[in-house]
Amino acid sequence: MQPLANKVNDFVVRFANVNGTGSASANYLFCKAIFRMGIPVTPKNIFPSNIQGLPTWYEVRVSEKGYLGRRDGIDLMVAVNPQSMKEDVASVSSGGYFLYDSSKMLNPDFVRDDIHYLGIPLMEMCNNAYTDARQRQLFKNIVYVGALCALLDIDFTVFESLLADQFKGKEKLIAPNIQALKMGIDFVHENFSYPLDIRVERRDLLGDAIITDGNSACGLGAVYAGATVAAWYPITPSTSVVEAFMDYSDEFRTDPITGKRNVAIIQAEDELAAIGMAIGANWNGARSFTATSGPGLSLMNEFLGLAYFAEIPVVLIDVQRTGPSTGMPTRTQQSDVLEAAYASHGDTKHILLFPSTPKECFEMTAQAFDLSEQLQTPVILMTDLDLGMNDHISKPFEWDDSTQYKRGKVLDAAQLDEIGRFGRYLDVDDDGITYRTYPGTHPTKGSFFTRGTSRDEYAAYTENSAAYQRNMDRLIKKWHTAQDYVPAPQVYQKSNQSNYGMLFFGTSQYSSEEAMDMLKEKNMACDALRLKAFPFNQTVVDFIHSHEVVFVIEQNRDAQLKSLLMIELGINPAKLVSVLNYDGMPITANFIYQQISSSLTNSRN
Amino acid sequence: MTYLRPKFRHPDLPKNKLGYSIDFYEGALSTLCAGCGHDSISAGIIQAAYEMNVEPHRLAKLSGIGCSSKTPTYFLSNSHGFNSVHGRMPSVATGASMANRDLIYFGVSGDGDSASIGMGQFVHVIRRNLNMVYIVMNNGCYGLTKGQDSATADRGSKNKSGHTNLFNSIDLASLAIELGATFVAQSFSGDKSQLVPLIKAAMSHQGFAFINVISPCVTFNNNTGSTKSYDFVREHIEATATIDFVPEREEITTSYEEGSSKVVELHDGSYLNLHKVAKGWDPMDRLSAMNAVQKARINDEILTGLLYMNPESVDLHELIETTDRPLNSLTEKDLCPGSDKLVSINAGLR
Repeated sequence: MQPLANKVNDFVVRFANVNGTGSASANYLFCKAIFRMGIPVTPKNIFPSNIQGLPTWYEVRVSEKGYLGRRDGIDLMVAVNPQSMKEDVASVSSGGYFLYDSSKMLNPDFVRDDIHYLGIPLMEMCNNAYTDARQRQLFKNIVYVGALCALLDIDFTVFESLLADQFKGKEKLIAPNIQALKMGIDFVHENFSYPLDIRVERRDLLGDAIITDGNSACGLGAVYAGATVAAWYPITPSTSVVEAFMDYSDEFRTDPITGKRNVAIIQAEDELAAIGMAIGANWNGARSFTATSGPGLSLMNEFLGLAYFAEIPVVLIDVQRTGPSTGMPTRTQQSDVLEAAYASHGDTKHILLFPSTPKECFEMTAQAFDLSEQLQTPVILMTDLDLGMNDHISKPFEWDDSTQYKRGKVLDAAQLDEIGRFGRYLDVDDDGITYRTYPGTHPTKGSFFTRGTSRDEYAAYTENSAAYQRNMDRLIKKWHTAQDYVPAPQVYQKSNQSNYGMLFFGTSQYSSEEAMDMLKEKNMACDALRLKAFPFNQTVVDFIHSHEVVFVIEQNRDAQLKSLLMIELGINPAKLVSVLNYDGMPITANFIYQQISSSLTNSRN
Repeated sequence: MTYLRPKFRHPDLPKNKLGYSIDFYEGALSTLCAGCGHDSISAGIIQAAYEMNVEPHRLAKLSGIGCSSKTPTYFLSNSHGFNSVHGRMPSVATGASMANRDLIYFGVSGDGDSASIGMGQFVHVIRRNLNMVYIVMNNGCYGLTKGQDSATADRGSKNKSGHTNLFNSIDLASLAIELGATFVAQSFSGDKSQLVPLIKAAMSHQGFAFINVISPCVTFNNNTGSTKSYDFVREHIEATATIDFVPEREEITTSYEEGSSKVVELHDGSYLNLHKVAKGWDPMDRLSAMNAVQKARINDEILTGLLYMNPESVDLHELIETTDRPLNSLTEKDLCPGSDKLVSINAGLR
């Protein structure tokens, strides 16, 4: 048998579990232990659209080099789900390990001669140790984590401190968990040689990093940005955005004495109502948002058109999932790009922000409120299931206490008294952005009628062609103004080093950066740019124009971002070579590397 | 429109307590058909707001799409207005109300806007007991697209083109009572003496106040055979009671025959003095209100007036315990937890 190369801090463990059996918290305990040992780690939850009974996987990549994208190839499989065992055996890399519950004999069909088998009678051990059925099931998960502790050489004291943190206030739960961990450790000590050739060593590579998911970060960002009205309709994978907002609101927005809240959170009857409420609240001067995913975005189209045309701020967090239609609700994709960019009938364009990390989810959510109010238009935060629901290592959240919310051009009563006739859609500053008023501001000045119909500069209904066109042209002027408001892209080089460029956004960042290193090693180094927003600003234009070929890396079938670049910037399609991953799993560095290197090799031949 | 309304008003027009005469509450000139019932309702709204001493800018008027939804332009021009998308006014009003609980929210909708495309939002805004006035200008047809039947057209009713409606109608008032609306009234655009006190009472109510106003479409649904024509409605109208709206702290001077009058106290301290006509009906009792409405339907009558009111109404803001200050008035200082809290949040994520 081919032994694995000695892989310290560089391997992938996959857990194959049954949904609803308590495996998630045990698996997270494992992941967090590695995090606490100062080693970069990236978990991916591959779960079904189901609450109980179906297969679910949790994949943990450990990477000394700090590569946080998903990697194909499983070095160690923890297989505790008989339903998926055939598939699980097949997915282990040659030379890898297969840890399974040996309470029942392994089906001989599942025996491969190129992998190692680690049989642990998990069920039998737990049946002997516990009488309660639920405990037997739950602690089975902790026992295998204990086994991994010994097999991978994880510092046991890390588990002790993690459990102490987890069960603060419920200390009596600590001892049985420790006991279960030790059962696993003892079994390994007695039956296997340990640690394995894949193992961990303590490092200090993470500094002050945190580990959290993008959806919680968005919810927290909305709290910091001063959102006071949230309206939503539950949909995977966006639900936890508003749930996090609720939790943080309980903590930060509730008067401890009166119980009164500086927030209104409404679970709407559907996504149409959710965005309608958010628009109504923003119209009335409160910062408000909603969160959804693809099917919800489809439903919100009409209202997005209204907000664009009537110029009402609104923040929408779109946690993208695999489409079209219901698609794969629990898999990731970046396939709402075009839908979001041009949502609604008629000529519309919307501002999009593309975060890549939880820290950016926090910051860009806050920024979305500023941009939306400054530009008086919807801002859509384009995150995805991978970023939203998986935990990611991230720089810690930061907030400058001198931050003032940028509420945009809003006139108060005194300002209304000073000016002549108020024109809601009058372009006073020549930047396409006009002044608005909140209802209730002034007894006789500043009232206007908000409408989705065409109107003149004074908000009066009109069917005059010239007035309509003036308004449409001003909206484009505002769009150009927006280019300088939105976040600039991240450029990876001070000056161009190559004729080839890579362009990517959102969660493709992790694997793209790793692919950059792989290409460099093979003398195929490319320049790179990470897009953070739509409309595209000049840096993006310059980057594309100054390279012969730009590889556009995205996670959808139809090259949606490439289309957007072509449409908006008039780029020759031949110049933009797509690297497209759309199987619902997060894109891998190897995939990007293969695509780009073969393209480069072909073009050189 | 080819003519302008004269700006001249009699200098001695009476003024309300705020010093405004009624013209201060008017809006732009209506572009609806001459004789449209909706214009009478707009006039009723103007009258009610004037008599209630409402500061127009402290009221926000919202609507969906359709003839009825155009009307907010035709009253209270010093109020902010929002003509939203078809059938979705309730959600916009909900968001607006959450942002600022101190304004009066006045929603205008139609039978297409509320009973068809917007039925979902209509039903759910009632469930939430949003503090707003919600008027449906109900003419049983789609006026703006030239007279198609709406979901409130009665079965067997004939429209102008002679087409007979085959389907059962949706009775919005019954539905509202069934769903637990806390104020439900029905009226007729041709009966201003009843409509104005009802609008005033609706404005005084803390919670969702629904008024279904039969408002004939003079152009497409005022023909013989239509059950929403002026003639038909006048012949079949049956009032629950005559109504006097009595403002806060004013002595009730009207006296009715013992046993037939009922005083209903409203949230703001004002009263409704009902001189009951309908038998076996108690406006505070949902079951009897439901009964009265259903009986009237069977008898081909249109029961008007206050149908039901729950004086214990708890509105959405109270239900979700929002702060007394309007949320749109809160600043960074009130809302942002600051960098200190982030230190502990970050620590909890390591």
